[in-house]
Amino acid sequence: MALEFERPILELEARIQELERTASEQGLDFSEEIELLKAKLDRLQREIFGNLTAWQRVQLARAPGRPTTLDVIEALFEEFAELRGDRAFADDAAIVGGVARFHGEEVVVVGHQKGRNTRENIARNFGMPHPEGYRKAMRLMDLADKTGRPFIAFVDTPGAYPGVSAEERGQAWVIARSIQRMSRLKVPAVVVILGEGGSGGALAIGVGNRVLIMENAWYSVISPESCAAILWRDAKEAERAAEALKLTARDLLRLGVVDRVVPGPKGGAHRNPEAACRELDRALVETLEDLKGLSPEAIWEDRYRRFRRLGVFEEV
Amino acid sequence: MALDRLFRRRRTRGQAREVPELWVRCAACEAQVYRKDLEQALWVCPECGYHHRISAERWVALLADEGSFEPTTGRVRPADPLGFVDTEPYPERLRRYQEKTGRPDAIHGGRATVGGVPTVLLVMDYAFAGGSMGSVVGEEITRGAELAAEENRALVIVAASGGARMQEGALSLMQMAKTTMALDRLFAKRLPYVSILTDPTTGGVTASFATLADVIFAEPGALVGFAGPRVIKQTIRQDLPEGFQRAEFLQKHGLIDAVVDRRQLKEQLVQTLSLLYPGEGHGA
Ligand SMILES: [Zn+2]
Repeated sequence: MALEFERPILELEARIQELERTASEQGLDFSEEIELLKAKLDRLQREIFGNLTAWQRVQLARAPGRPTTLDVIEALFEEFAELRGDRAFADDAAIVGGVARFHGEEVVVVGHQKGRNTRENIARNFGMPHPEGYRKAMRLMDLADKTGRPFIAFVDTPGAYPGVSAEERGQAWVIARSIQRMSRLKVPAVVVILGEGGSGGALAIGVGNRVLIMENAWYSVISPESCAAILWRDAKEAERAAEALKLTARDLLRLGVVDRVVPGPKGGAHRNPEAACRELDRALVETLEDLKGLSPEAIWEDRYRRFRRLGVFEEV
Repeated sequence: MALDRLFRRRRTRGQAREVPELWVRCAACEAQVYRKDLEQALWVCPECGYHHRISAERWVALLADEGSFEPTTGRVRPADPLGFVDTEPYPERLRRYQEKTGRPDAIHGGRATVGGVPTVLLVMDYAFAGGSMGSVVGEEITRGAELAAEENRALVIVAASGGARMQEGALSLMQMAKTTMALDRLFAKRLPYVSILTDPTTGGVTASFATLADVIFAEPGALVGFAGPRVIKQTIRQDLPEGFQRAEFLQKHGLIDAVVDRRQLKEQLVQTLSLLYPGEGHGA
């Protein structure tokens, strides 16, 4: 399932492949044509991916094949023991977490988990947690503090689940508590916006000393579709809303909402997840290194100061 | 009723503008209520108990001890960090709300005493952009909590909000973390924080400081939740249960301490604060 704006690239790639196959099958030399097409492909890729609109990036952030939390854990961590349940009501499959080893160091890790196909997505509620998911996250924050291990959170959710059961069990209350619990961590907390950073449901595990964002991920107070439905009274204006909300990695860096953009591979992370994971690995190592040696108090103070200064206003 | 019609007609002729109507129609049961009676009942309908929305100034008058209020908000004005334009530019939208409410943004508050307890009292103003939280509301809540901690005051916040302000994008979202973290300054001093949820309080305000209070009261019938009912209905494609997300529902589900009638609110607030505020009796 290709995104519309990638179609010209995929078509050209298919033509090159076909030409290469024909050449080898029939023993013909098409190398000149192939070189030309490859140069054209390179230009086309640069043209399309060098001028991505905010809305195109939102689509890339949602593209199937983009590395999910479990993909990243598998690619980057030497060991991972998943821990389940909120010890109160249920285990929420929309949030995963556990203890892991990252470059030899034990860490506690948590993240939203989307499905990699429809069946998985239904089981994981499309990465939209219920209160029990955030309670599981908080339980793991307790564990990080108790064991003194760094806490790593991967954000990838359209938002917390807006349903009757979630509201009955205090969705807003538990998100607030999760923000509070995370802000109190005495260990380094690093957040990575992997794909979608949908509002409070994302922020609930987003209160890091450092917040990284993958190229072509988005992070916003509201999804472009919902914003369009409210402000333009038409969800089809999502493209304009995406532009207006300044939700791309570069915009967020400029606003101070994120601290570092992790560059992605040409063509998007969904087409080359391994390369995306390699870049993330390097960024995570460096970020954790930066936070080493700070006392628990200094870690807390660092996080407090990071969020205290966020906001733009005029002093009268 | 005849009187009501008479006044209406005069109003349309533009003569009685300065004279407030003598009769008011209840927004819930449509009963005609004598305005003075309604005011005396703190804008709670004597017929059906409906709690009409009241201005931030009225809230202060209702909760602060007489003559004790000293405003601290209003020195922070909103900007337009995203250059946001939807059907109109954000700065124009802001100007309109500022003219309508006479304040820079959706919050009003300051120092006060409540039943003699030194307090920082903050009231969100739903009339200003639906009480939405952007950088200014976030900063004022944060400063309010810091002021309370600094001067050993209790914190009381009257919430009313449609959620985070879209026009300030992710910066609005960040106010949820900022305000939440500011509340921790009260812990070191053992200062109490009471939240009063009014109709409606949803989204980013509910999912941050408004539900992190030591004691949470809600007004009867107030709609409080994370997602708005319309969004939920769209998601589940079913009708919502009767009374869903209303204050009484919240109490039943263990999410708030009490549904409190506005006419008893001050009394209950004073009792709560006096029991929680660090006093000479013990603790201090
Ligand atoms: Zn009534």
